[in-house]
Amino acid sequence: MAEKSFDVVILGGGPGGYVAAIRAAQLGLKAAVVEREHLGGICLNWGCIPTKALLRVSDIRHTLERLDEYGLSCGEVKFDLDKIVKRSRQVAGQLSKGVEFLLKKNKVPVFNGEGRLAGKGKISVSKDGKEIASLTAKYIILATGARARELPGLKADGKLVWTYKEAMVPKAIPKSLLVAGSGAIGMEFASFYSDLGAEVTVVEVLPRVLPVEDAEISAFAEKQFKRQGMTIFTGATVEALKKKGENAVSAMIKKKDGKSEQRDFERAILAVGIVGNVENIGLEQSAVKVDRGHIETGPWMQTGEPSVYAIGDVTGPPWLAHKASHEGVLCVEKIAGVEGLNPLDVSNIPGCTYCRPQVASVGLSEAAAVEKGHEVRVGRFPFIGNGKAISLGEAEGMVKTVFDAKTGELLGAHMIGTEVTELIQGYTIAKTMECTEADLMHTIFPHPTLSEMMHESVLDAYDQAIHI
Amino acid sequence: MPINVLMPALSPTMTEGNIAGWMKKEGDKVSSGDLLCEIETDKATMEIESVDDGTLGKIVAPKGAENVPVNAVIGVILEEGEDASALDGWEIPEAVPVEAVEVAIPTATVAAAPAAPAAAPAPAPAAVAAPVATAPAANPGGRIFASPLARRMAEQSGLDLTAISGTGPKGRIVKVDIEAALVGGSAPQAAAAPAAPALAAVPLAAIGPYEDLQTSKMRKIIAQRLQEAKQTVPHFYLTIDCEIDALLKVRTELNGRSDDYKLSVNDFVVRASALALRKVPECNASWINYGIRQYSGVDISVAVAIDDGLVTPILRNADHKGLAALSVEMKELAGRARAKPMGLMPEEYQGGTFSISNLGMFGIKEFAAIINPPQSMILAVGAGEQRPVVKDCALAVATMMSCTLSVDHRVVDGAAGARFLGAFKGLIEDPLSMLL
Repeated sequence: MAEKSFDVVILGGGPGGYVAAIRAAQLGLKAAVVEREHLGGICLNWGCIPTKALLRVSDIRHTLERLDEYGLSCGEVKFDLDKIVKRSRQVAGQLSKGVEFLLKKNKVPVFNGEGRLAGKGKISVSKDGKEIASLTAKYIILATGARARELPGLKADGKLVWTYKEAMVPKAIPKSLLVAGSGAIGMEFASFYSDLGAEVTVVEVLPRVLPVEDAEISAFAEKQFKRQGMTIFTGATVEALKKKGENAVSAMIKKKDGKSEQRDFERAILAVGIVGNVENIGLEQSAVKVDRGHIETGPWMQTGEPSVYAIGDVTGPPWLAHKASHEGVLCVEKIAGVEGLNPLDVSNIPGCTYCRPQVASVGLSEAAAVEKGHEVRVGRFPFIGNGKAISLGEAEGMVKTVFDAKTGELLGAHMIGTEVTELIQGYTIAKTMECTEADLMHTIFPHPTLSEMMHESVLDAYDQAIHI
Repeated sequence: MPINVLMPALSPTMTEGNIAGWMKKEGDKVSSGDLLCEIETDKATMEIESVDDGTLGKIVAPKGAENVPVNAVIGVILEEGEDASALDGWEIPEAVPVEAVEVAIPTATVAAAPAAPAAAPAPAPAAVAAPVATAPAANPGGRIFASPLARRMAEQSGLDLTAISGTGPKGRIVKVDIEAALVGGSAPQAAAAPAAPALAAVPLAAIGPYEDLQTSKMRKIIAQRLQEAKQTVPHFYLTIDCEIDALLKVRTELNGRSDDYKLSVNDFVVRASALALRKVPECNASWINYGIRQYSGVDISVAVAIDDGLVTPILRNADHKGLAALSVEMKELAGRARAKPMGLMPEEYQGGTFSISNLGMFGIKEFAAIINPPQSMILAVGAGEQRPVVKDCALAVATMMSCTLSVDHRVVDGAAGARFLGAFKGLIEDPLSMLL
């Protein structure tokens, strides 16, 4: 049995864990990763990446349906779902191999098994119930990620009722699909299946879809989704899901008006949030504090147990890979004694949803800014006013910016429309650098690009927009 | 042994200088404080004083010598009893090459060194000479790194960016630094415009020849924070006299028992303050925007004078620590505070609940200190001295120590402050009670 000692041992090889390990190696720390399933974690294997591969397909199909608008034509467009899924798996597999290579390059050993805290500075790694390694570490980083949340009466069976995992590898496109939850995960699957021909019904318990986004963006998105043919119930709950024969589930949906309605679907996807993987990693015997399924951490990702840190999804929302990676780097740098560090500023973490239309945002929504006591200036610019958007044939969308009226601080930016997920970084840099409206106004945005809308939105907040 | 006179570094950026002239000739007697020569830099001309007594034995760099590197020998002083023969076989040592170094400009100590006897005044400057400026030194005025938002917020609230230390990447001043500075003094505008006109009755430039000294960041922070404190915190002061003969006796006795510690009077003051805060917990509190925050822990900040200012290392949970532990910890903290560079982590000097400033070792009878926000009290401790006192209707001699408490009236009223001082005095005058 392997017995080794390290400076840092990281439980979990997802975007938090493997990035932390590489950064640790760069800083001269002896690091190791313990991974129970596959390097790259959910993000790379069953989340961000393979869904992007799927959504690329639905995006192309959507464009093909509009060929005539562009003066093109082709024969009947068919699809082979097996091939689509295979490509998605292959993309994930390629990247997972890439992570393996990166860790090897940085001389970070990977222990394939389930790790658990086994006393101060000790980690036991086991596979199939048998201990395969006993590691000692000066510091331990818990990066075990999270999994789909289940609600009472809503249990995934993997056949008729799916989580993200089954939804990622469909054998067939169901004729009708219920998506419970309209966060990023729910809406991306809703978009994919809807674009490939499923009749999609989305049920959201909160009053609007994409509830973490700015209300205007949610409203814009909901209108678009409905126009695409989705049925959307907001302020509604799925009270129960019952198997109905071999190829249907019956859902009891309690709607906004309080009335319940029974509807049948071929399949259902549960996307009602996620819950941290805090079980079976030895937290019970430690001083690590867990609150409602997530590990509590301090500004440097430290837990209640000395020398034990936690990063990423297991520590709670926002559940974003880039947040996990950043936390990984931050906590490793803290461990290595790097100077001049600052805790993560949540308001500078961008969020992206790759449904159609795409949604991207950073910072405070208008309502949140007002609630926090800011007097705000708000700018808006529609895609229809942008030459590049019209040329692309993607003229639906908007860019909204929220500034503090007194200081000119960019409090938030909210975008919906084609490729906005590639644009949001501009505002994220501006926010991180603490730009004011003046700096954004003085920045020259290239013409013709979608990014010009980012400029115009800022100008609009100060009543200086040119193209509207 | 002949003493080398070196080219001093008159500013952090100075690497070489010119000799504008010598006030002394070879063979002239020089005494400490005499003007030796004039040094010219690209920024100013400075007169250099001798800090030694003797005879100017040799001028190595004569008038007009240019681009003499910092730390190069420019002259040699012979000590009393030596004559020119002492220079036989003497060679001009090469200058130690230097990057621009900060010259230690000795300043008057501002606050008290707690446990330390007055043994360590500002260290004598390394070079032989102390610069005396005759022309205004140019302000080195480096670029200030601050985010656009921080700049605008500072401008809007009248904050001086040069007085703020940045916590952003590479020390960049960012929004949180401005917010922290604004919390430090809730009425920052008061620091700027309004007070100025009245004070500026005599234009600054009209007051004689001057030199704008290079000011350390610490000095700027002290200036800003103390000005804010005095302007925004409603201070009142309570003074009490404590008889410390019993304390001195106990101290001598305890110090005689072990070499592991050497208790100072200040250690007793720290312990008595901590226990008194425990007895009168309403004094262990801060005014925050919406009311009073009372602390459950007693963390005592003790002002320590260092070369270019002062720091207040914190004795955490001082009420739970015995005299020996407090004494040892204080010495260790003070040692690191005086180290160069200053060896304290921010959490070791930021965030106490009560401050002590002790100028007793300088013979100060009593004084009133400025509160260190957000704390609400600071105890200014004077010297223990023999004074005539009246005891049982007769004149007697006792060793007395006057202590003045500065109090933030928003948090602590006169009666509560008086209760604290009463408890403090009780402990100081009956030192055995603080051993409990």
